[in-house]
Amino acid sequence: MKRPALPSVPLPAPLRSKQAKIVGIGLFVVFLYALPILDLPIITTPDSDFGGVLYTMATYVLVALGLNIVIGYAGLLDLGYVGFYAIGAYVTAVLGVQHGNWPYLLTIPVAVAVTMISGVILGAPTLRVRGDYLAIVTLGFGEIIRLAAKNSDWLGGARGIQNVPKPPSVHLFDVPHLKWENGTVLIDVTNKTQAFVFGFIDYVPYYWMALTVVFIVLIADVLIKSSRVGRAWEATREDEDVAEVMGVPTFRYKLLAFAMGAFVGGLSGAISAAGANFIYPDSYQITVSIIFVAAIVIGGQGNRWGVMLGAALVVYLPERFRGLEEYRILMFGIALMLLATFRPQGLLPPRVTRRAKKLEREIEDLETGDEPQEVTS
Amino acid sequence: MSTDETSHQATESTGGVMLEVDHVTLRFGGVTALDDVSFEIREGEILGLIGPNGAGKTTCFNVTTGVYRPTRGEVRFRGRSLSRMKRFQITRLGIARTFQNIRLFKTMTALDNVMVGGDTHSSVGILNALFRTPRQRREEDENHRRALELLDFVGIGKRADELAANLSYGDQRRLEIARAMATNPKLLCLDEPAAGFNPAEKQRLMELIRKVRDQGYTVLLIEHDMRLVMGVTDRIVVLEFGRKIAEGSPAEIRDDPAVIAAYLGTDEEDAS
Amino acid sequence: MHALALNFDFLFSNFSQLTITGLALGAVYAMVALGYTMVYGVLQLINFAHSEVFMYGTFATLWTIYFLGGTQHTSGFALARMFAIAMVIAMIVSGLVALLLERVAYRPLLKRNSPQLMALISAIGASFVLSESMGLRDNLTRWIGLNDNLSRYVSGARDTRGLPMDIETHKLFPVFNYQVTNIDVIVIVCALLMMLLLDQFVRRSRLGRGIRAVAQDPESAALMGVNSTRVVQLTFLLGGLMAGAAATLYMLRIGATRFDAGFILGVKAFTAAVMGGIGNLRGALVGGLVLGVAENWGSALVGTQWKDVVAFVLLVVILLFRPTGILGESLGKARV
Repeated sequence: MKRPALPSVPLPAPLRSKQAKIVGIGLFVVFLYALPILDLPIITTPDSDFGGVLYTMATYVLVALGLNIVIGYAGLLDLGYVGFYAIGAYVTAVLGVQHGNWPYLLTIPVAVAVTMISGVILGAPTLRVRGDYLAIVTLGFGEIIRLAAKNSDWLGGARGIQNVPKPPSVHLFDVPHLKWENGTVLIDVTNKTQAFVFGFIDYVPYYWMALTVVFIVLIADVLIKSSRVGRAWEATREDEDVAEVMGVPTFRYKLLAFAMGAFVGGLSGAISAAGANFIYPDSYQITVSIIFVAAIVIGGQGNRWGVMLGAALVVYLPERFRGLEEYRILMFGIALMLLATFRPQGLLPPRVTRRAKKLEREIEDLETGDEPQEVTS
Repeated sequence: MSTDETSHQATESTGGVMLEVDHVTLRFGGVTALDDVSFEIREGEILGLIGPNGAGKTTCFNVTTGVYRPTRGEVRFRGRSLSRMKRFQITRLGIARTFQNIRLFKTMTALDNVMVGGDTHSSVGILNALFRTPRQRREEDENHRRALELLDFVGIGKRADELAANLSYGDQRRLEIARAMATNPKLLCLDEPAAGFNPAEKQRLMELIRKVRDQGYTVLLIEHDMRLVMGVTDRIVVLEFGRKIAEGSPAEIRDDPAVIAAYLGTDEEDAS
Repeated sequence: MHALALNFDFLFSNFSQLTITGLALGAVYAMVALGYTMVYGVLQLINFAHSEVFMYGTFATLWTIYFLGGTQHTSGFALARMFAIAMVIAMIVSGLVALLLERVAYRPLLKRNSPQLMALISAIGASFVLSESMGLRDNLTRWIGLNDNLSRYVSGARDTRGLPMDIETHKLFPVFNYQVTNIDVIVIVCALLMMLLLDQFVRRSRLGRGIRAVAQDPESAALMGVNSTRVVQLTFLLGGLMAGAAATLYMLRIGATRFDAGFILGVKAFTAAVMGGIGNLRGALVGGLVLGVAENWGSALVGTQWKDVVAFVLLVVILLFRPTGILGESLGKARV
């Protein structure tokens, strides 16, 4: 087996310990929450509200986690994921303002449940058909959802639903943003985020909410994937017939993957509705499904970190480099073609990273004279 | 035809009938792949299924393991008909198999491959996994432990963390066996397990198969290598053109004129 | 939701019209479906970007009419001649786009033995590149400074562009209470003729045999001296030619097109291919006609805004109850 290139500077022992890792992760998490406040010069998007961009990024990262279960883990090509996203948003809107007066937080469980049920209804008949067909059928599903919303007055028709409910606000403290001027950092007291007020202008609290949900779903993802459920999904994706022979009830697990994907999709739709003042059917076009798929493919399907990165890039890059807005979809198309041909495994391929890191560590241990933990040849 | 000292002494199989192939006929379109084939597999024995190329061994094997449904006739496992069962239910019932052309889960480690087999009888669902209930943790540890044991048993314990795709050919074949065993079967069906092995490896494989039987499994075996079949099986069923032409102990089969004729006089191991 | 009343009255009183125009519509679907079904039969691949091959054909038709000086006064024989020329041009253009697609989006992946999913991703990417290129043609031509000269062709890049003339329909003969028009006849007859030609070509010619051989068993075909790359190219080309012809007939009926007009039609054509039995050429014909008629009947029953949904629903239903399609699959045998 090929050994990876030797690292040039092995890390000193303290930095490799488990505690160091936890502290590092903790700092990174705090950094993520602080990102809109820090207003860093190169990273912040010049023309659009960075808080809003981060909020959209977090929502898309959530979508990617869900779609990764369907495409990456279970190997089911779903080209209509925007349908679940739309259902989640619409249930929140319908319960919250269109045909009810529910508080935002109560709409979330219902949104998720309805989406999951629709996922099962869609999956039960269609997961039995061949994989290629699934792609087209899911595409049709996404479109049917959009058309149904557009043609139905009960759901607001083509205009959609206005005044979608917001999460409850509680004003605890204020967080001033930083301002960077001529290389010095100032605290800008005129630019404050009110924590935790969910208003119409400042998107930072929405970002924080979405980010928190991302972390919760991420933990759940890790727990589920490292159990027999994750193994069953992988086996099904690898070789469905053999998995069946090895005792995996493949249809049930495919349906489970679909349902879990729908769950997260509906959740992200509901989260996205919070900050949107109104929702309308044509914002849930097929193009959006394709962008979701692009995020998965770019990041490396099956790898949760990769797809999160892919989703973040898919939102961030067009916002950061605003002038090319019109060419966004064209560039996606080119990116997909190039990736499919030259780097099908995506930016962060699934298993190689873990094993390569392990080997690197062993080589370091050998170099520094520490006892290797275990010889795996 | 050599008689070797290591040839297996036919032992009385311990128990009753485990699996019955009952007048099975299988037609694909216009071709009759199996024609009224009947035989049984007894508990604790190693049964060999042989025949010249095109005899229908693989088809018969697939019917026996529930992959194909017979056009006529029935396969019964401990009295229960396999006809209406889903494939994963057949595995849960106790029939496991390997694949001649090695179909491992390539991007998973050897350990994970075996653990997938070990999940067969698990009743743990997604909620258990999510909340890491005591039962889930216990079953997971148990599965992990048993998987490592099985990998050691077949001789690839050191390679547990390797990707299946990176294993050597011989190790991949062993992994196939370990994975099938992990489903806790009563009947283990091996599809040409020695294909591509050199004589030394075949010898090791024969020992492994005997070890497997000694652990309490019943084994069904398709093989082209006559020496291996004669050396390790208790009984042999011979097919030709989809029909059973002989059944008996290795010694009986060796001298059976119909069998000799079917193979056109070659009853040594042949390169398939 | 408004009461989903099924409007049977409307359906029955206009049955003849709905059916005949449905057949014309279906004939167009069928011709495009042929491209999908052939590529799937030979490569087991959904050519997602075939819809853009069609779309380019519609623009080729439109621009040829412009170029030949069509105005709202053009009619009669002059108009017919323009359309005939336009059809030839459209077929050539669509054929070329199809060949380009094969060369750039599929062949590199087939050479690398990439997994199916990646080929589909590449196809999706190509589809967007093609449609967005059309939709950004004003910007793209601006970069090379040509947009003034070509302004008639490239302006309104994201709008619907229509023919300069209204196509006059002449009523020819009645079927029950509907007067069949010349356009209906031209579309249906043209489509059937071309499909018959294709059918004969695949069945009788040497090249057609090559296609069927590669579809059945690429390795044996290679051993028999069949150049599979050429066969794949030919398959794409034939699909493109059909799509180009369909595009002109479409322009004859509908009279307008957009940069994203390919998409919906593509999904419907693919539905038709699956319905008829994927890989089966005659199936594509049957599937297309059935879909066209069903769509018309459906939109009569539940309202035109649900027209597109009919196709999707039909697809799901067929896949559930008869996954091999109406005429049965001929996977691996681009059967006739």
